[in-house]
Amino acid sequence: MSNIITVGISQINMARAPDVLVTYALGSCVGICLYDPSTRIGGLSHIMLPSSKMSLSKDNIYKFADTAIVELVKGMESMGAKRSRIVAKIAGGAQMFSGLTSSSIANIGQRNVAAVKETLAELKIPIVGEDVGKDYGRTLFFYPEDGRVRIKSANKGEWTW
Amino acid sequence: MTNDIYSQLNDLQIDVLRELGNIGAGNAATSLATMLNKPVGITVPVVKILSFTEVAEILGGPESMVIGLLLTLEGDINGMIMFLMKKDFADMILGSLLGENPADFSDMNEMCNSALSEMSNIMASSYVNAVSQMTNMRIIISVPDMCVDMAGAILSVPAIYFANISDKIILIEDQFESGENHATSHVLLIPEVDSLEKIMRSLGIDL
Repeated sequence: MSNIITVGISQINMARAPDVLVTYALGSCVGICLYDPSTRIGGLSHIMLPSSKMSLSKDNIYKFADTAIVELVKGMESMGAKRSRIVAKIAGGAQMFSGLTSSSIANIGQRNVAAVKETLAELKIPIVGEDVGKDYGRTLFFYPEDGRVRIKSANKGEWTW
Repeated sequence: MTNDIYSQLNDLQIDVLRELGNIGAGNAATSLATMLNKPVGITVPVVKILSFTEVAEILGGPESMVIGLLLTLEGDINGMIMFLMKKDFADMILGSLLGENPADFSDMNEMCNSALSEMSNIMASSYVNAVSQMTNMRIIISVPDMCVDMAGAILSVPAIYFANISDKIILIEDQFESGENHATSHVLLIPEVDSLEKIMRSLGIDL
């Protein structure tokens, strides 16, 4: 029997196969799936903002791409995953309101994706799949048994990669 | 969190917000009645201070389909206002206005989209006008932007905008009824902290 482990906004969690990680309704937030194929340990992070450096309140380090991903890697390592084997898949970062012109919020999805990629590059974690941008919400299921990701959308159906 | 004033609002301050919600809902019901050309009743609005996760739960969970209309506020105060409606509200408007009842949101045609957008624009403006009238402040509302998607995905936008200020938000819940139709609308008020202070101060209340 596999358990379904939910990851909320500004949270991270780790799981071993056959358990499944899920995060619901990613909008401009980004979901980052990290996967160690040899141990079949997976980690999922749901970030809201690019960087903790620009924020007034740093009370939740899982809110930011730069700090959450580092913590997720640590968590997976403590379960026995190895950094050198970890690969990443990322999804989300949509622009939900296309007509928004207020610059600070208009391209936040894009900036979240850029920050995630930068952090992964610093950690030398390769991105093996992505489904980012566009203008719709995504629910993400991540299966550590083989590293696959299933995306469910409201209006465009679902797909696995 | 030291600057999370939303969690620290006292009863008096919440009463003020409820009163703003009340007047806004009154204005909104009048607009709705004019548009639908029939009487519209409202119950006393419920004002809640909630986390974004709790707001998603009230709307039926993060994956439930909602229509979100986002307007930004400028002028004497800065912030956002978001008008959220579920299928029951859309049905009430489309049924009366166009005689249409789309089976679900993906069936909506251009005409339905446009009617809902206009309706929620008028309603969101009703709330903003209430704030404006009570406080004597000049508030400029942006052109509304509509999105039909999962509640959680829509809420991520104000949540991110607000993430540096607070994890809590002001939700005003109104029950409208027209004939046999009952529908609930949800309005999120998202003033920046100094704007909330301005609103309170102009009403003679210290924050």
